[in-house]
Amino acid sequence: MEEINALLQGFGVALSPLNLMLMFVGVILGIIIGVLPGLGGANGVAILLPLTFSMAQQPGGTTSAIILLSCIYWGALFGGAITSILFNIPGEPWSVATTFDGHPLAQQGRAGSALTAAFTSSFVGALIAVIMITFLSPVVAGFALKFGPPEFFAVYLLTFCAFVGMSGGNAAKTVASMMIGFALAAVGLDSVTGTLRLTFGFTSLLKGFDFLIAVIGLFGIGEILETLEEGLAFKGASAKINAKVVLETWKELPKYWATSLRSAAVGCFMGIVPGGATPASFMSYGLARRLSKDGKNFGNGVVEGVVAPETAAHAAGTSALLPMITLGVPGSPTAAVLLGGLLIWGLQPGPLLFVEKPDFVWGLIASMYLGNIAGLIVVLTCVPLFAAILRIPFSIIAPVIIVICAIGAYTVHNSMFDVYLMVIFGVIGYAFKKLGYPLAPMVLALVLGDRAEENFRNAIKGSQGDLAVFFSNGLVGGLTALALFLLFWPLIRTLLRALQGKRAG
Amino acid sequence: MENGTDRPAASTRAVEIGVAAVILLFGLVVVIDSFRIGARWGDDGPQPGYFPFYVGLLICISSAMILLRAARNAALAAESFVSREELKKILTVFVPTVVYTSLIAYLGFYLASTLYIAYFMWQLGKYSWIKTVPVSVGVSVAFFLIFEIWFSVPLPKGPLEAALGLN
Repeated sequence: MEEINALLQGFGVALSPLNLMLMFVGVILGIIIGVLPGLGGANGVAILLPLTFSMAQQPGGTTSAIILLSCIYWGALFGGAITSILFNIPGEPWSVATTFDGHPLAQQGRAGSALTAAFTSSFVGALIAVIMITFLSPVVAGFALKFGPPEFFAVYLLTFCAFVGMSGGNAAKTVASMMIGFALAAVGLDSVTGTLRLTFGFTSLLKGFDFLIAVIGLFGIGEILETLEEGLAFKGASAKINAKVVLETWKELPKYWATSLRSAAVGCFMGIVPGGATPASFMSYGLARRLSKDGKNFGNGVVEGVVAPETAAHAAGTSALLPMITLGVPGSPTAAVLLGGLLIWGLQPGPLLFVEKPDFVWGLIASMYLGNIAGLIVVLTCVPLFAAILRIPFSIIAPVIIVICAIGAYTVHNSMFDVYLMVIFGVIGYAFKKLGYPLAPMVLALVLGDRAEENFRNAIKGSQGDLAVFFSNGLVGGLTALALFLLFWPLIRTLLRALQGKRAG
Repeated sequence: MENGTDRPAASTRAVEIGVAAVILLFGLVVVIDSFRIGARWGDDGPQPGYFPFYVGLLICISSAMILLRAARNAALAAESFVSREELKKILTVFVPTVVYTSLIAYLGFYLASTLYIAYFMWQLGKYSWIKTVPVSVGVSVAFFLIFEIWFSVPLPKGPLEAALGLN
């Protein structure tokens, strides 16, 4: 029960007045970010990250800073549900499945129940994921303490191969997007030899590309451009929610406990795998439709069809932080930005964090419990307020969002060059999104590129260039084998199907 | 925008091939530069270009695959990537954004942002000056208070701030 003690101490840290206030500020900002077009969890956190630089230098400040930023993340997850249900606009890719039943419910005048069901199941999904993080992360971290460079590189390899195997899209595009991220991460001064790489004599490239700029441009400017061509009018259902509706929906929800638990399990498992939240929400929606007694009504507006994807998405979004704090491998773009934050504040994410900074880790985990409670209270009481944000005309909100993105990009390094870069990344984001190149692998590769390369170099330096080091013992061999299996999974699946087809024919 | 008069500005195939070609070129640049600084095994370990070399190689291979697949796919040629109407809309936002970001260096953040928001409201939102001026000035003043005063994060300033003695 060592974890319980550590967690209680974590609550001691998280319950300070300052941290409690930051929690509410973070959740409210997060919901606004989640509701606004062009701003989402990843670039919202990226824009606000520079504001925490001075905060993080005070004693205990890194914990406050991570509480603020992670609560923005929870808020953004909650906010995504509001736009999906009321406006039929999924704020995040994993809210797409919420629109299937959420928006029909809103059109039938049951927006209140749909929202209550969404928020409550988000909360349940997050809670189950946090409980898992509480007990599983010390185990994983303890295990990872034995890792050397080959094992760490194998974990990175596994992360990136999982993208190729699990994404389900065009594998070549996933690889291209990921490798562009790695190449951009390599630009600048090589930390080992001091050689300049890919700078071509431009002094502004010496520092390399900052992933924060890429995130702000790709997700922010890119999304605004994409929204524009779809037209500017948002037509939404009204958001009336009162205590009576909430209580009635809560009475109905326990009926769906099986769907809830199943979706949470799917979410927790998929969240650990990078890019898992979106497939998790679709998968649990599909499972619920197949297994529910009410399955044929799915899509016409049933509460269970909101419960399933929301539980899974929130569970996945939360459990994406498990590999981030234990291994230093983020499970989602937003987790990647949080990881970048830790690096900027001078913390080394990974197993040593549990040994060296227990206050930080357990304060963060405790804040996940409290932040989600804060989030639930805020969304249930203030939905109409947040929905009103989307009624601000686009011709005002769009330039304001672009100005905010520009400020965010500038403040990272106080450099105008970054603002220009942001615009370029915006164009790349627009083109890539429309052509179906996934953006998450590029962001993760940009964040992890240097660390992956460093571990790769150290590993093969130790073995004198022999790649067999990645199969030198059971642990690293198992990780590498699993990575290769995931990498070739699309190919294996096609072969299996062809074999089956032959047998059947 | 599904009407007959709105012709596509570019087919999906053309854009797909164009983007893949740019990525391929980028991959080649990475490979060549990595080769220049040494992509093999040095005296004391891998040379600095070792890792980026393979990264560049994978960029080349994957983009070549995308390019070839798109070139062979006739259905993509009929598909519209962006229609003229959509492109026009995007450019009415994108061009001012480029102008805005390049103006920041000369006018400072706050003046440029005020002009940018005002332009948007006036040109795209068709608001009267009575609404445009207070909103655009108000947003910039709010940003000034948040960033300069509350978070003490200085943003670039220009002649206006110098004249007002706010530097």
